[in-house]
Order: sequence, then C-alpha cells, then structure tokens
Amino acid sequence: MSNAAEGEIVQFDNVGLRYGTDREVLSNVSFTLFPGGFYFLTGASGAGKTSLLKLLYLAQRPSRGAIRMFGSDAITLPRDRLPGLRRRIGVVFQEFRLVSHLSAFDNVALPLRVAGVAEREITKPVSDMLEWVGLADRMHALPAQLSGGEQQRVAIARAVIHRPEMLVADEPTGNVDPDMAVKLLRLFEALNRLGTTVVVATHDVHLLKRVPDSLIMRLDKGRLSDPTGALRYPPRVPRTRDEVQ
Amino acid sequence: MALRLPAFLSRNADAELIPQGRLSGPMPWVIAIMVALTVIAAAAGLAFSNTARNASDALTGGVTVQIVNANPVERERQAQAAVQALRSTPGVVEASLVSQAEIDRLIEPWLGTSVEGDGAIPVPALIDARLRDPVNGEMLGQLRRTLRPVAPSARVDAQSTWLKPVFSAIGTMRWLSLALVGVLAFALAAAVLLAVRNALGTNRETIEIVHLLGGTDQQIARVFQRAIGFDAAGGGAIGLALGLVVVLLLGRQFGGLGAGLVSSGALGWADWILLALIPLAGVGLAMFTARQTVVRALRKML
Repeated sequence: MSNAAEGEIVQFDNVGLRYGTDREVLSNVSFTLFPGGFYFLTGASGAGKTSLLKLLYLAQRPSRGAIRMFGSDAITLPRDRLPGLRRRIGVVFQEFRLVSHLSAFDNVALPLRVAGVAEREITKPVSDMLEWVGLADRMHALPAQLSGGEQQRVAIARAVIHRPEMLVADEPTGNVDPDMAVKLLRLFEALNRLGTTVVVATHDVHLLKRVPDSLIMRLDKGRLSDPTGALRYPPRVPRTRDEVQ
Repeated sequence: MALRLPAFLSRNADAELIPQGRLSGPMPWVIAIMVALTVIAAAAGLAFSNTARNASDALTGGVTVQIVNANPVERERQAQAAVQALRSTPGVVEASLVSQAEIDRLIEPWLGTSVEGDGAIPVPALIDARLRDPVNGEMLGQLRRTLRPVAPSARVDAQSTWLKPVFSAIGTMRWLSLALVGVLAFALAAAVLLAVRNALGTNRETIEIVHLLGGTDQQIARVFQRAIGFDAAGGGAIGLALGLVVVLLLGRQFGGLGAGLVSSGALGWADWILLALIPLAGVGLAMFTARQTVVRALRKML
C-alpha cells in the first residue's frame, strides 16, 4: 500500500467500485485523509461523490483496491468490528435518512443511545444541539412534520452529536437557506477545530470559498483529481490532531 | 396489538428503535392460540400417562380366578376351596371372593337381571387375588397347579393381560399428545419466524440507519427479541387461561363418567405446574427463534 503514514485516518489505495456488472463508478481512487483535515469533495452530478462517501462511512465495500480506516483494514475487518468503526464517523446523508417513527429529539439522540450513553446524559446535549440548529421548539415533531430544511438540520445534529472523529456530509446545505448554510458550515469548522476530520461533498462553489484552509478533491467520471494538493503525500496543509488543538 | 415496554424493563434506546405496533400485529393472538392448544394437548398426554401408571400399579400384581361350573353348589364349593388354597400359597398377599351382588352389578348393563333365579344364565364365580410381586407366567403356572386339585373348574388369568390392548391404546394416545405438543411448538416457531422476517422487511430502512450509526446486530436482535417476548408473554397468559378452562371443563365431564380407568387420569399438582410452565417455554422458544432469525438476516447486510 502506498502513502502509508502514521496518523492517517483514511487511506484509499487504487479503489474501484462497480454496482453489479455495470461499469465502474469509481476507478483507481487513491487518497489519504489526515486527522483534523477539512476536505471538500466536488464533482458534477453522477461523478461518484455519493459512492465515494458510502465507502467512507462503511455502507459499501469496494470491488477492488484497499481501504484502511482508523488504522484497520476496512475490507477484511470482521463484521462484528464494523460498528466500532462506524461510531467514530458521523454521517449526514443526502436524503437525510431520519427514522420516521422517531421524533427530532430521538433521531438526534440515536447515535448516543446506540453507543450506550446513559439516558440522563443524553437529554441536555441533544436539547442544546437542537436549540443550536434552531429546532428547540420542534424537538417532539416527527420527520414527516418537519420541512426539508428542518429535516436536514436534524440530520446534521444527529451526525455531530457524538463528536465523531470524522464527519462525512453529502450535500449538507442543499436544502437550507444561505444563512443557515453558513451557520452549519461554522458548526463543521468548529468541530474541525476540535479535531474532527470533515469531508463534505458538494457542488456549491460558494461553499468552497467559505473555508479557506480546506482541501479539495474533485471527482470526474469516477476518477479523482487533486486541485489543492489534498491527495499529495505529505498533503499541502498537513495537520494533526495535536496541531489543531 | 401495540405494546410499549415499561421503562424499568428496557433501555429506552432499544425499545424505541423499532415501533412495537409494526412488529406485533396479530402475533399475541397467534401465540395465545398455540399455547392454548399446547396446554390442552399436554394435559391430555399427562392424563393418559396418569391413567396408564395408576392402572398399571393397580393391575401389576392382580390375578383373577374364575370358577366356571354350571352347578351353583359345586361352583360355590370350589370357589371357597380355591380362596383357602390361594390364601395359603406363598406370594399371595390377598385373596377374596367377589360377592354375587357385586358380580350382578358388573354384568347387569350387558345381561340385565336374568342371571338371577331358576333358569338363569350361569355366571362364573370370581376370585380377586393380589400377589406380592408382578405376575409372570411362572407364577400363573404355579397357581394353576395349586388350584387344580381343589378347584378343577378354576381358570387363572393375570388382570393386566385383559387390559393389554387398552394400555397399548393409552400409550399411543400419550405419544400422539407428545407429537401434537411438538408440532405446535414447531408451528409457533414458524409463526414467529414469519412475523420477524416480515418486520425485518418493514423496518429495513431503520435497521440500515441504526447499523450505519454503529448499532450492532445484537442490539437490533435484542429489540426484536424483547418485542416478541412481550407478545409471547401476553399471548401465553391468555392461551394458558383458555387452555386451563378447556382442561377443567373436560376434566369435569370425564370425571362425571365415574369410570375407574378414566378418573384415574386426574391431574396432580405437578401436572398443573407443568401446564403453567408451557407459556414460559413458549416465550423462550419465541425469543430464541426471533433472535436466530434476526441475527441470520443481519449477517447478510453489511
């Protein structure tokens, strides 16, 4: 495996992905993500952004290549160790994927409950988080009773509530107004400053400009390019958790 | 039936992952019917076992001697002599002549009262003897040799021989009851399996999300296991109550027959306790089936 380095949080090496017998949606994708990095993944619709993110949040196994995450081989990792890795990742799904029968509060609390956090330690952080995203008065509403933007904010709150080591967000500001988009981006930056590696898939060029220190990975027809040196080793802006803190 | 788990029985997290109403459906009622039928089948099996055991205990050392002689005086003489001979035979604990009144009562349903008086049908004298040990061919031969000089008209038979076909039929019914219990347990497991598969399909999106948030197979399986467990407990209690009512009614009906063999099948305390444990076994079986079904299905997901 190339680019083996201490401290990398994710390492893809010649990864390819195809669904069924179709052509590859990702080809020879190789990159390394470091702790504390802020990465944008860009590309046109159908370029493979969501597929790449699925590999990142362990919802999909690649057809070929090697993936290391948090120091473990994510491809040969025994199935019973996957939950441990997934709990270190926060995910904002493009289509939100809120649990329809749970309230906004319970959706946001879900990662904490899954991780076995005591109920008495859940109420305050979840309430605070919902207040921060402007949904304090909607915490008992079901997803179907929330607007698209509100659902997106619940999805983001759920993704960050457990302070993940890596946050993966698929078009996280697609359904919110510009002010809320900026606010959410500030949340991601705050998390990033606390050491969370952030990967945001977007085709919104305005968003890229708002995070000057970010690194950009561009996908084009399943192939990755590197306009800001994000994929270089060492990366253009090498940052470790210690440096960030 | 929508069941909500009491807070003290479960962490809120697990209880809320899958909506209980979607999982339950008619499951508690299916389980209630299964448990009720199982209780009735098991009660029948236990009653047959009791009947066989009690009858066997009563007949194991029993011997019947018939004095078949048309002359009533000679019949009476040989009967008295046979009783005396039996009482002095080693191994014979008790020997008594069945009174004519008792014989008349026994045969009245078939022959009416025409066995009494002149010209009546001659009926053998009966001697009921009880041996210390179970009757075997050698013992029967020895009794025949003992009686031949004093009562040449005597016919000696082991009581258990007469009832062999009845014992055989009771044994068959007992095994049939056991087989029914097995079939019902299988049907219960199959019903749970189908319900859980259906619930897995309905809640697939939720399960995928929980997986992606780091939920383990065990956590998800526990949700299904608990939900089915509560369905089974509720259904099992209803089924037990229904089954016991039926068993009590049947018991009263059979008890009313007054036949010795039938009433010897009455259930004892241990039997009632065993019947009361059936719902618990049902709950255990349902939860085990649910867990296995969920874990196997989840293994196919990433």
